[in-house]
Amino acid sequence: MEIPENVKKRLSIPGDEHFYAGHTACQGCGASLGLRYVLKAYGRKTIFAIPACCSTIIAGPWPYSALDANLFHTAFETTGAVIGGIEAALKARGFKVKGEDGIMVVGWAGDGGTADIGLQALSGFLERGHDAVYIMYDNEAYMNTGIQRSGSTPYGAWTTNTPGGKRHFLEKRHKKKVIDIVIAHEVPYAATASIAYPEDFIRKLKKAQKIPGPSFIQLFAPCPTGWRSPTDKSIELARLAVQTAYFPLFEYENGKYKINMPSTKKEPKPIEEFLKYQGRFKYMTKEDIEVLQQWVLHEWEKLKKLAEIFG
Amino acid sequence: MAEYKPIRKVVSGNYAAAYAVKHARVEVVAAYPITPQTSIIEKIAEFIANGEVENLEYVPVESEHSAMAACIGASAAGARVFTATSAQGLALMHEMLHWASGARLPVVMVDVNRAMAPPWSVWDDQTDSLAQRDTGWMQFYAENNQEVYDGVLMAFKIAETVNLPAMVIESAFILSHTYDVVEMIPQELVDEFLPPRKPLYDLTNFERPFSIGALGTPADYYEFRYKIQRAMEKAKEVIHEVGKEFGERFGRDYSQMIELYRTEDADFVFMGMGSLMGTVKQAVDVLRDEGYKVGAAKVRWFRPFPKEELYELAKNVEGIAVLDRNYSFGMEGILFTEAKGALYNTNAKPIMKNYIVGLGGRDFTVSDVRKIAENMRAIIEKGELDVEVDWYHLKR
Repeated sequence: MEIPENVKKRLSIPGDEHFYAGHTACQGCGASLGLRYVLKAYGRKTIFAIPACCSTIIAGPWPYSALDANLFHTAFETTGAVIGGIEAALKARGFKVKGEDGIMVVGWAGDGGTADIGLQALSGFLERGHDAVYIMYDNEAYMNTGIQRSGSTPYGAWTTNTPGGKRHFLEKRHKKKVIDIVIAHEVPYAATASIAYPEDFIRKLKKAQKIPGPSFIQLFAPCPTGWRSPTDKSIELARLAVQTAYFPLFEYENGKYKINMPSTKKEPKPIEEFLKYQGRFKYMTKEDIEVLQQWVLHEWEKLKKLAEIFG
Repeated sequence: MAEYKPIRKVVSGNYAAAYAVKHARVEVVAAYPITPQTSIIEKIAEFIANGEVENLEYVPVESEHSAMAACIGASAAGARVFTATSAQGLALMHEMLHWASGARLPVVMVDVNRAMAPPWSVWDDQTDSLAQRDTGWMQFYAENNQEVYDGVLMAFKIAETVNLPAMVIESAFILSHTYDVVEMIPQELVDEFLPPRKPLYDLTNFERPFSIGALGTPADYYEFRYKIQRAMEKAKEVIHEVGKEFGERFGRDYSQMIELYRTEDADFVFMGMGSLMGTVKQAVDVLRDEGYKVGAAKVRWFRPFPKEELYELAKNVEGIAVLDRNYSFGMEGILFTEAKGALYNTNAKPIMKNYIVGLGGRDFTVSDVRKIAENMRAIIEKGELDVEVDWYHLKR
């Protein structure tokens, strides 16, 4: 279908494709869509470091690669350290890194490899101030290993090592707020994003490209396989996560918080809206849902206050 | 070629390593502090702070695991890369050591041999480095500070030729913190010997994007392993050539992977690695004066293992006393296992006995070597072993 000129002008998503068809992601995979957007934003002059995660498989086995960009596959817990090393090498060899025309060094890691085993390396990367971008794609569990909980798994969610049974469900802890840990490092730029809002995501990627120093983006990326959700509902779920304030969109830039559209627009929808379609929450009682709802609203109020005071 | 006039400096083993890093024009150093490695990195940081090195990016990481991860990232991006560690730090790196060799990245590291805890010990012991035996890293054991300096320079050349990482190993405190005269090579001559790295591949090639370290299916993984073994075999030739070239240029010949000392007519020899072989060589001189026909065989390169050179030695002696400053629990000293294994399918069958010495920094002296010599002579005369593994220093 031909896109009318006036519409084309408004589109901020680059038309270039650097993520090949024929990759091996599951149907409805949010992460693969996210990776496609990152490649669109940064293009070929990018060096990716990808640890053990779904994307290891999605990129394909030797000698194949679904990425039209250089890619270093690395160990689970090392993304932060590896992109730091790559950036240091590029600088020592006289290359321009980051900025409009520089080489982009991108760490692309799942929530397990970021919130848990990779947290130390992420912290080191942030604290040392490397010129690189770290993107955590958050599908809220160790999906590639067979859906085990991660620190980013929410309250009440079924996973294979925190199952919901006849009497109990095992996941009693709320989602670890990795972005708050990142912000505690006083990074120049950190943001949340969602695959349901690609223009917002790409704008944030471009911003991360321009701002010197380490940037961090936490991308909400539904996983139908692990969430027990229909494969055609991924984007809708990603949108509902934002609309319910379960995963608000915001930016932290040089000490200032800014809540982004559409999170600012309306009062949050009830959390049930987000929970629907997802088999992983089916064990939750009304009381359990209320616990999650209260947590979501509490965190949302906290964020609004931060934006008010440090906006 | 400019004439070689060495610059003599009195330095510790650690400073010798740092100077070698400077002269090798290393581009990225990523490291985490651990005793007794620290002064290597401190000296390098001082070079940077004083503007004595150019184009060297120093990444002060938050762990040894990240140190090696940053090194492999930097090496994959085409830089000449160095780190240093010791004992627990090396153990923490273990996973990433496989990554460096598997991705065929010529990272060079100095490991300051230190005993593993518990009990806590900061003193000399080879178990830390030998526990990394199967990681695909080449291993060079330095006897003295000079060999630390020379070893680092050669390690870069060898590693970058065969695309495998290399470890240069020095003793905790015995070398790392002990000062000695080291003959350093003027920068322009080092530059001739060790030109800038030419990576086989690197991540800055954007013309034709590629990936490193992807999933290897059962259809291909096996061949990747075989190629590492092939590179190790090739490394033996490269070590010989580079060691010979080093000798021709700078007067210190490293063409042999096992350095032989007064072994020509020896009845039996002492074999070992690292700084303890300095003591052994001195003892050989003393013992020769006392009428013992003994020699020393210093294993410089443990990986690749010099099987062929060992055979040449073993077929001409009656006995080998293998001195291990390390131990593999449930078995015996590690060099002993390796040496016996290497000779099994040959016709060279000297009597071999394992002496466990100096663990955790316990002193090892000339008089210890004399006692071992007396014991070895008795064994050879009798034609049979008393015990195969002798915990020599044990308080009984």
